[in-house]
Amino acid sequence: MRRRPIVALAIASATAFALVLTGCGSSKSSTTNNSSTSKFNAANGAIFNPSDKKGGTLTFANSGDWDNVDPADTYYGYSWNFIRYYGRSLTMFKSAPGDAGTQLVPDLATSLGEPSDGAKTWTYHLRPGVKFEDGTPITSKDVKYGVERSLDKTTFPNGPTYFNDFLDLQGYTSPYKDTSADKLGLKAIDTPDDSTIVFHLIKPFSGFDYFAMLPATIPVPQAKDTGANYKTHVVSSGPYMFDTYVAGKSFSLKRNPNWDPSTDPNRKALPDRIEVKLNQNAEDIDKQLLNGTLDVDVASGGVQTDTQATIVGDAAKKARADLAPLARLWYTSINSDVAPFDNVDCRKAVELAMDHDSFLRAFGGSYGGEIATSLLPPLVPGATKADPYNFLGKKNGDVDAAKAELTKCGQPNGFTTNFSYRSERPKEKAEGEAIQQALAKVGITVNLKPFPQADYFKLYAGKPDYAKKNGLGLMANGWGADWPDGFGFLQQIVDSRVIRATGGNTNLSVKDPKVDALLDQALQTTDTAARNQVWGQVDAQVMDDAYVLPGVWSSVLLYRPANLTNVFVNNGFGGYDFLALGTSKS
Amino acid sequence: MVMGPEPTTATTELVDESVIVPDGVVAVEGRSLGRIAWNRLKKDRIAMASAGIIIFLILVAAFAPLIVKLLGHPPNEFHQNLTSEDTLLPIGKYGGISKSFLFGVEPNNGRDVFSRIVYGARVSLIIAFFATLLSVVIGTFLGVVAGYFGGAIDSVISRIMDAFLCFPLLLFALVLVGVVPDHAFGMSGVTLRVVILIFIIGFFSWPYIGRIIRGQTLSIREREYVEAARSLGGKPMYIIFREVLPNLLAPILIYTTLLIPTNILFEAALSFLGVGVPPPTASWGAMISDAVNTFQNDPYFMIFPGLAIFVTVLAFNLFGDGLRDAFDPRAR
Repeated sequence: MRRRPIVALAIASATAFALVLTGCGSSKSSTTNNSSTSKFNAANGAIFNPSDKKGGTLTFANSGDWDNVDPADTYYGYSWNFIRYYGRSLTMFKSAPGDAGTQLVPDLATSLGEPSDGAKTWTYHLRPGVKFEDGTPITSKDVKYGVERSLDKTTFPNGPTYFNDFLDLQGYTSPYKDTSADKLGLKAIDTPDDSTIVFHLIKPFSGFDYFAMLPATIPVPQAKDTGANYKTHVVSSGPYMFDTYVAGKSFSLKRNPNWDPSTDPNRKALPDRIEVKLNQNAEDIDKQLLNGTLDVDVASGGVQTDTQATIVGDAAKKARADLAPLARLWYTSINSDVAPFDNVDCRKAVELAMDHDSFLRAFGGSYGGEIATSLLPPLVPGATKADPYNFLGKKNGDVDAAKAELTKCGQPNGFTTNFSYRSERPKEKAEGEAIQQALAKVGITVNLKPFPQADYFKLYAGKPDYAKKNGLGLMANGWGADWPDGFGFLQQIVDSRVIRATGGNTNLSVKDPKVDALLDQALQTTDTAARNQVWGQVDAQVMDDAYVLPGVWSSVLLYRPANLTNVFVNNGFGGYDFLALGTSKS
Repeated sequence: MVMGPEPTTATTELVDESVIVPDGVVAVEGRSLGRIAWNRLKKDRIAMASAGIIIFLILVAAFAPLIVKLLGHPPNEFHQNLTSEDTLLPIGKYGGISKSFLFGVEPNNGRDVFSRIVYGARVSLIIAFFATLLSVVIGTFLGVVAGYFGGAIDSVISRIMDAFLCFPLLLFALVLVGVVPDHAFGMSGVTLRVVILIFIIGFFSWPYIGRIIRGQTLSIREREYVEAARSLGGKPMYIIFREVLPNLLAPILIYTTLLIPTNILFEAALSFLGVGVPPPTASWGAMISDAVNTFQNDPYFMIFPGLAIFVTVLAFNLFGDGLRDAFDPRAR
């Protein structure tokens, strides 16, 4: 799984909170028919092989290294999923199948946050009886200390910056530079007693419970903190504690004797032991999953292309696979800075001429996701799955309609433009070749321009004057939200005010004051249903402007070996819910 | 081009002039070195078969559009009805081989593998041939100059060769291809990329041939006929062109033939790494790179471009070996 992009929450918003209250039905609501007969998607929307049997060892493997097991320094969705084994944050995504997994539930706290002062102050109460692995009681000061150290981006560069952006820091930078004796000098967090913690924000944000879900709110005992070395022994507050840790190679967890199940309604804690192997060969991980010597590919990025073909082509293997939807869209930005895309009709011609089936195939075909007909992925609340250009009716493109738009635009014979993509990504190359073929049918010639991935947004496609000067009319792009939510998904890719002339943009093309106004309206709308409707309107407006050619709402194909019990896909994380997993092997 | 019997005939004429025939003695059936070599080469079946393959490949590359028109489909045309929407693999056995798709189709987009192999031959041969030409011209010129004049000139040129030889060529090629803009020197797109690849591959492989030529020149310089030419007042340029170069023709020819397959492999490696000709232009290396993703389920997509590279490189190598044996049987 690729690092999820950091959503810079530049604007105070009242977005996500309501999501928690409603549970936000989306299209993929499925009945909870838990089953133990193996069939395709059996663990999608339902619990497969439900079990309460404790014991055994779960083995995970990661094709890369963990960004960090330290709760202050991790920004991978899979890591946030996994960290719940050994850390308890104030709130967490519910360990439940389907869309229920996108709901927040209290974890270390007794309830979700209590807002006051117009959502600028948030109060949480800790559950009584919670202890660290050494038996010391967990207090609100340990939570505060955990948040404090996560603010130090010099020591912990990987984590998200939500707390840095929203807390009333008053110049506070790091507990390691804190002059107060207890290292709890941060004024933005009060701990009036050992079980109460109060957050003070600089601006109202009604979605704060999402921040309380971040690993940064996992308590860290100040006495045991060793800064950057804390990762070698993270002190557990969850059902498992670190047994071994070999940097870059492996680590293992064993049961934490001081975790009291009565304080924790969320965790089943079935296996006795959890082992994680790092830096394993990706193909080898797939092979081991298929022959059952490995339980979970922890990165949850889906099996490799070759394995996908193997699984899909074999009924018995396919019955052990699940297609997990993600809050992710692969698309092409249509750059209005480059003539003739300054004319909306020329942009519409691209929407109509594209072969949407080819686009989907470039990203894995029917097991890589589904044809995206607009921006918002179906599992994001507010998604309408609108199809304004009739993509699904004309899967291979509508040549006549596209030619009509070209004539309207004054380019009846077509024109020449460029398509930029990241050279390291074969799927984006395939996307380019598909666009080239489809647009050639209406006379538009497309030249493919690969750029190095590392600087794609910084220096090339994401730098407006470079893109304009080099005539990058079409640009491969993709976006996944930190969690399924309209604000997190849309703001960075459609708000024209986030476009910086210096580069580093993710919004490569959408520049419409109407869209900006709708975004502002959404942030001021406190009613959930009404706000979710506005997200749908934003989506519709961007599609009407034809700034974005949507391609694929992405899914990942996951494989569950036979011995796994209690398996289900958690839509909050876009992968199997690790917390629930058990094993039938002893 | 350097393959086939033609160049050897050319050698014959040149060598004829340089062979010193004792005054007044008319050699009985005076056979030149080139003629002797050609006779030997004719008897070497492997070399002749390789030459045949090389000529065949050149014809294929030259007539690619015609061949594809008769036996295939446009190389960049999608045939997605021939691949499965679920697995993205070609429908049918052996990578989708059929009467109209002789080598099957590419996974996912269903492009005709046969057409792409045929067009890929153009890219490979053009780049390899011109890159070789460039390095042979530079290498021969500097090698002869260094070997003939010696002294300070030799030292300078030899040190430059050393510097070039210790250059991490692959890394340099990766970086250079990456930073060259889309439009440069009045060219753009595929043309520009091909020229850049020729330049990089050719410009950095000349020292290999340069060293050999320098060594040969050093020994030829001391020969009696060169001495004689010099004592008769021959200017250096005259001696180099009339006496030295003709005698260098054999090594030049041999190493040219051996350098071409190296350059084919190098071009394939660059394409494999994604810095070859830009997509969708067909290239053998790029095809293999694409095939890696699915080779367990569709090995045929990897086998055909792999075979193409294998056969081409082998043919050039065997022909080069045959040529060397023909010119210098003692080296056997």
